[in-house]
Amino acid sequence: MGATTLVLLALASWCAPWLTSADPTLLDPANRDLLPGTMGLLTLSSGETVPHLFRLGTDSYGRDIFSRILYGGRVSLVVGVAVAMLSLGAGLALGLFAGYLRGVDLVLMRVMDGLMAIPGILLAVSLVALWRASIWTVIIALTIPEVPRVVRLVRSLVLSIREEPYVEAAVAVGTSTVNLLVRHVLPNTLAPLIVQGSYVCAAAILGEAILGFLGVGIPPEVATWGNLMAEGRVQFNQYPHAVFFPGIFLTVAVLAVNLLGDGLRDTLDPRFSRRGWQ
Amino acid sequence: MTGRGVTLSIEGLSVQLPAGAERSEAVSDVTFQVSPGELLCLVGESGSGKSIIAQTVMGLLPRHVRPVGGRVLLEGEDLLSAKPERLRRLRGGKMAMVFQEPMTALNPLMTCGAQLEEVLAQHLNLSSAERRVRVLEMLERVRLPEPRTLQRAYPHQLSGGQRQRIMIAMALSLKPALLIADEPTTALDVTTQAEILKLLRELQKESATAVLFITHDLSVVSEIADAVAVLRLGRLVEMGRVRDVLDRPQHPYTQTLLGAVPSMTPRKAPLGREAPIQLRTRSLTKVFDDGGFLRKSRRVVAASEVELQVRRGETLGIVGESGSGKSTVARLLARLLEPSGGSVQLDGVDVTRLTGASAHAFRRKVQIVFQDPYRSLNPRRTVGAAVAEGPRNFGATRAVAWKRAEELMQLVKLPVAALHRYPDEFSGGQRQRVCVARALAVQPEVLIADEAVSALDVSVQAEILRLLEEIQQRLQLTVIFITHDLRVAAQICNHVAVMYRGRVVEEGPVGEVFQSPKHDYTRALLAAAPGRRISFERPT
Repeated sequence: MGATTLVLLALASWCAPWLTSADPTLLDPANRDLLPGTMGLLTLSSGETVPHLFRLGTDSYGRDIFSRILYGGRVSLVVGVAVAMLSLGAGLALGLFAGYLRGVDLVLMRVMDGLMAIPGILLAVSLVALWRASIWTVIIALTIPEVPRVVRLVRSLVLSIREEPYVEAAVAVGTSTVNLLVRHVLPNTLAPLIVQGSYVCAAAILGEAILGFLGVGIPPEVATWGNLMAEGRVQFNQYPHAVFFPGIFLTVAVLAVNLLGDGLRDTLDPRFSRRGWQ
Repeated sequence: MTGRGVTLSIEGLSVQLPAGAERSEAVSDVTFQVSPGELLCLVGESGSGKSIIAQTVMGLLPRHVRPVGGRVLLEGEDLLSAKPERLRRLRGGKMAMVFQEPMTALNPLMTCGAQLEEVLAQHLNLSSAERRVRVLEMLERVRLPEPRTLQRAYPHQLSGGQRQRIMIAMALSLKPALLIADEPTTALDVTTQAEILKLLRELQKESATAVLFITHDLSVVSEIADAVAVLRLGRLVEMGRVRDVLDRPQHPYTQTLLGAVPSMTPRKAPLGREAPIQLRTRSLTKVFDDGGFLRKSRRVVAASEVELQVRRGETLGIVGESGSGKSTVARLLARLLEPSGGSVQLDGVDVTRLTGASAHAFRRKVQIVFQDPYRSLNPRRTVGAAVAEGPRNFGATRAVAWKRAEELMQLVKLPVAALHRYPDEFSGGQRQRVCVARALAVQPEVLIADEAVSALDVSVQAEILRLLEEIQQRLQLTVIFITHDLRVAAQICNHVAVMYRGRVVEEGPVGEVFQSPKHDYTRALLAAAPGRRISFERPT
């Protein structure tokens, strides 16, 4: 179910240009703060006016909220997936090293402990201050605090897998360390890792929204769910829909990713599938 | 219809398995009775349904498994129709259970005394002072030394045998009419097993408890049973007094089971002096140093000054109980562990000093088969990938390695198609064949079998032993066979070395060691081996 919702959301934001005729960045002073479901005349940048149904209303600049949410979904999902991939990749590589090579382990894990102590939001704020606000800054800022968690997970998995007799058996038939890691250890860490990845993804979508809301994330003119909510906040008393709708999408997306993660855990973990009864 | 003198009566019991299991019923139409003071052994191989019967009686069946027919009467009261509340009162009160693994059956966060008290508090109305006195009595009853100290001890501070005594004390604390013991000695060493069996027998005679004893081990049966019931695939195939069943088995399955139990009489003579010495260790020592950083370091001497030698084509048995260091020695020989001292010589070359390419070449010559067939194969790789891995590591092309894997499948008597399947599609015995094939794939000269048949049922064990012997003959292998089972050692070894606390205490031709043991420990070990009263000679 999580997967279906997620696919729908991804499709909707992918197809945003076809689902809505309104440009998400189009300012239209004539259509400011419209309530959801209002029909109005949309002035295109070319000067033409066309009748348009503002399904979810407009914000204080007269931009169509529905289309902004759809386009914002792109950013949120891209951030979520990119952060998950990056932190899994880095975590996997570092975790394999830490788990298999004793010497690296001690140093690397202390560095990771240090990283874990840095608050993600603060790190993001300083990174944005250091470079400029862009989607990549946000992705990196969200990835760094996630990496230690993944490393810890991979390391603990590797530590238990390397004690398995089949690893010992592979050593006995002369398998090299690299092959051992790639063929025997790595495949057995993947299932729990993918599950962890889905949670990282959910956390990243939320994190991006938080950064956007605080105004330190992606530049405010780009439509993201966090940015939408931040802008809507100013007039929350009069026009709550400007906060609610992106909020609902955000909640649904995070819920869907988490459901997907639970589903993956149940199917990938051999303890939950196949061996239902013994 | 149940007479006064019957404690447990099971009448036509059938238990259904969920759809998709190997068979539709775990237990089909089983009938037997246990009288007060009687010890009935329920014998069967894994999957025979013996544990299911115990769980049915206790009302502890897994959720998807349910009884569909018959009655289970405890002193005339039907347990299958009893309410959960009533069952809870009966458990502990009238019937109690002892499990296989005493470590997992005890709560690691509670002292033994507190856990015993909890049982009393659940069922009796006693003051805490009275309870403490009762606990001390119970601990004395199971012959534990220093009950006062043990009362305050946590489970991990005790040995396996002591933990099992605590479990027995707990089970018998309320003087139940029925005690169910589910493989209570399987996880224990032979000498401990002998003590626990003796204790169970004595306590049972004292209190006239009816005991349902579940085991897969016929030699244990011969030690303690009054009556035996043999189960096969959920059906009772034979039942009777222990003498009758063991001495004159009627059913072919019972005969097969008895035939599969290896005899205690050694069969093989040592090889002559003309055979060259292939593997020799000189004061081989392994010390495990644990921690030392921010905590007290712990030193465990796992192997100390071990001197062994094996001639080409010979089988050397290393026997000993858990913790004796025999597995450490196996890993040192295969160079899966680096020794702390001493040397291992293969054909006169010290292999502990090899590095790089020559160390890699050594890997080819010495191979090892592990104990647990369920964990020694990577679940995410096909059997073919596992078997072909060795040859590939030594430079064979994919096609050549695969060809070799196919030949090996024939050697270990598995279908060639098995190469494309994953380990979880195979039974324990089949997996162990795969492990043998994997070890043989690199054409080793020495094969180390580390408890390679210990996790298997007797009939499967017999097959694997036969296979190993056949392969040894055909390939002229030198075999080092590590086992805790003296019967197995007696059957396949030329020489044996007895290990105790990291040292080899006795070494010699198998006949000499078994018939006239010199060291006290060897004598104790031989005396503790269950089932010495019957010979289990093979009919051939």
